[in-house]
Amino acid sequence: MSRNEFAPLPSAATARYWAATRERRLLLQWCPNCERHVHHPREACPGCLSTELQWRESAGRGTVHAVSVHYRPFAPMTAEDCPYAVAFVDLEDGVRFLANVTADDLEAIRVGDPVSLQWSPIADGYHLPVFHANAH
Amino acid sequence: MRSTRSLRGEAAIVGIAEAASPTGELPARGRTLEAQVIKAALDDAGLTLADVDGVAHADSSLDLAEFLSIAPAFTESTYTGGSGYELYVEKAAAAIATGLAETIVIVYAATPRSDRKQGLGGWVEPAGPRDEFEVPYGLGLMGSYALAADRHMSQYGTTEEQLASIAVATRQWAGFNPMARFTDPLTVDDVLASPRICSPLHQLDCCLVTDGAGAIVVTSTERAKDLRNPVVPVLGAASLHSHNMIHAMPDLTVTPGAITGKRALDHAGVTAGDVGLLMGYDSFTITALLHLEDLGFVPKGEAGAFVADGNTRPGGSLPMNTNGGGLSYTHPGMYGIFLLTEAVRQLRGAAGARQIQDLEIAVAHGSGQFLSAMSTVVLGTEAAL
Ligand SMILES: [Zn+2]
Repeated sequence: MSRNEFAPLPSAATARYWAATRERRLLLQWCPNCERHVHHPREACPGCLSTELQWRESAGRGTVHAVSVHYRPFAPMTAEDCPYAVAFVDLEDGVRFLANVTADDLEAIRVGDPVSLQWSPIADGYHLPVFHANAH
Repeated sequence: MRSTRSLRGEAAIVGIAEAASPTGELPARGRTLEAQVIKAALDDAGLTLADVDGVAHADSSLDLAEFLSIAPAFTESTYTGGSGYELYVEKAAAAIATGLAETIVIVYAATPRSDRKQGLGGWVEPAGPRDEFEVPYGLGLMGSYALAADRHMSQYGTTEEQLASIAVATRQWAGFNPMARFTDPLTVDDVLASPRICSPLHQLDCCLVTDGAGAIVVTSTERAKDLRNPVVPVLGAASLHSHNMIHAMPDLTVTPGAITGKRALDHAGVTAGDVGLLMGYDSFTITALLHLEDLGFVPKGEAGAFVADGNTRPGGSLPMNTNGGGLSYTHPGMYGIFLLTEAVRQLRGAAGARQIQDLEIAVAHGSGQFLSAMSTVVLGTEAAL
């Protein structure tokens, strides 16, 4: 299997998140009681245990918090996907989001670099949110 | 949480056994291997199965007890990854201190290296949020630790050379362990020249994949004094998990060890400066580096210089992982039991060529999953009681 064939198995808590990726929209869970985002998406808010969670769309802007360039594939990636970069991105929404980051020179990606949202198609019409390091 | 805990010195480790080989492979597997190390640990203690009223096993203490035909009063199977064995010692000591049980056997065996050769299935990660929010990006175990390493380097100026020096020092210790998988001397340049798999980590920043097994017998210190080995009391212990997948780690540069280390040392009535041996789980070089800071041996951000200066090597100020560690001795998947067997061996004065002189306090610090679940056990000699 290659990464493009990856098919997520959404749960009740994540179905809305994955459905929005069909339209290339990044939704983050939001607790109106606590006025904060909840990520990863889950059945109840870890702040107040409310099960009435809402969704807000993210603009997908942020900066690199940590990055690792992978020279060997870890499933579902394959040798053709290598090298690839995995990074934590601190979104402006206040969420630390894990994703791949693309750049002309992966080794030049640094902590603090600004990144913007892009979409990578996967199986069943879903997309994966990924990021591009603008500076490189 | 209660500020005073009463398990200090109530229980002791009286039996140890382990199986490993320089080839990385063992002829036995599964229950056969478990039975062998349990027998060896009981023999070491001078006890028999008839004395055992408690068991701990990461998969199922229920199945283990049935296999051994014993009806334990203490039964423990909490899964926290590689730190489970330190957690089991903490719980065993608490159970013994409160009179729930008296003599507890903790066992582990895994043969990933032989299993792979024979085409037997490996360990399968249980389903969870990682499947949707980490796995699709090709992030595995090593990448998770690489992200922590990258953040530490960016925040504190730690270098790849400094991380590599942990692998070098650990290999020097392995040279004194005839059971170690790798004993040839290693240089920082060797580590940096090994394949870069997940930057900033190289292949030689990673633990081994070997077969291995270990067993430990814990009993009351009162009973331990009548047994054949020098008494190695449990002086303090503490456990904590702050997350499971790395995505949920509150701060990539601070592990739960920052809390468990202080709690366990306070509980033992000692400070980091009193510790003569650190057995700190080294799944990767970055793992061991974080323990040095979080357990209070050096201030946050200074472990890189500390290891590069040779402090953890043979002859250094803080011997670390004297058996050769998960990096050079053995690492069957959940290595935590080997931290305990080596600490006990050293405290008994039975570590042969790698014996630390005048050792009184040793720390076994386990780390499970993705820097997620940590347990610190402070052990001592009878003089430390
Ligand atoms: Zn809430």
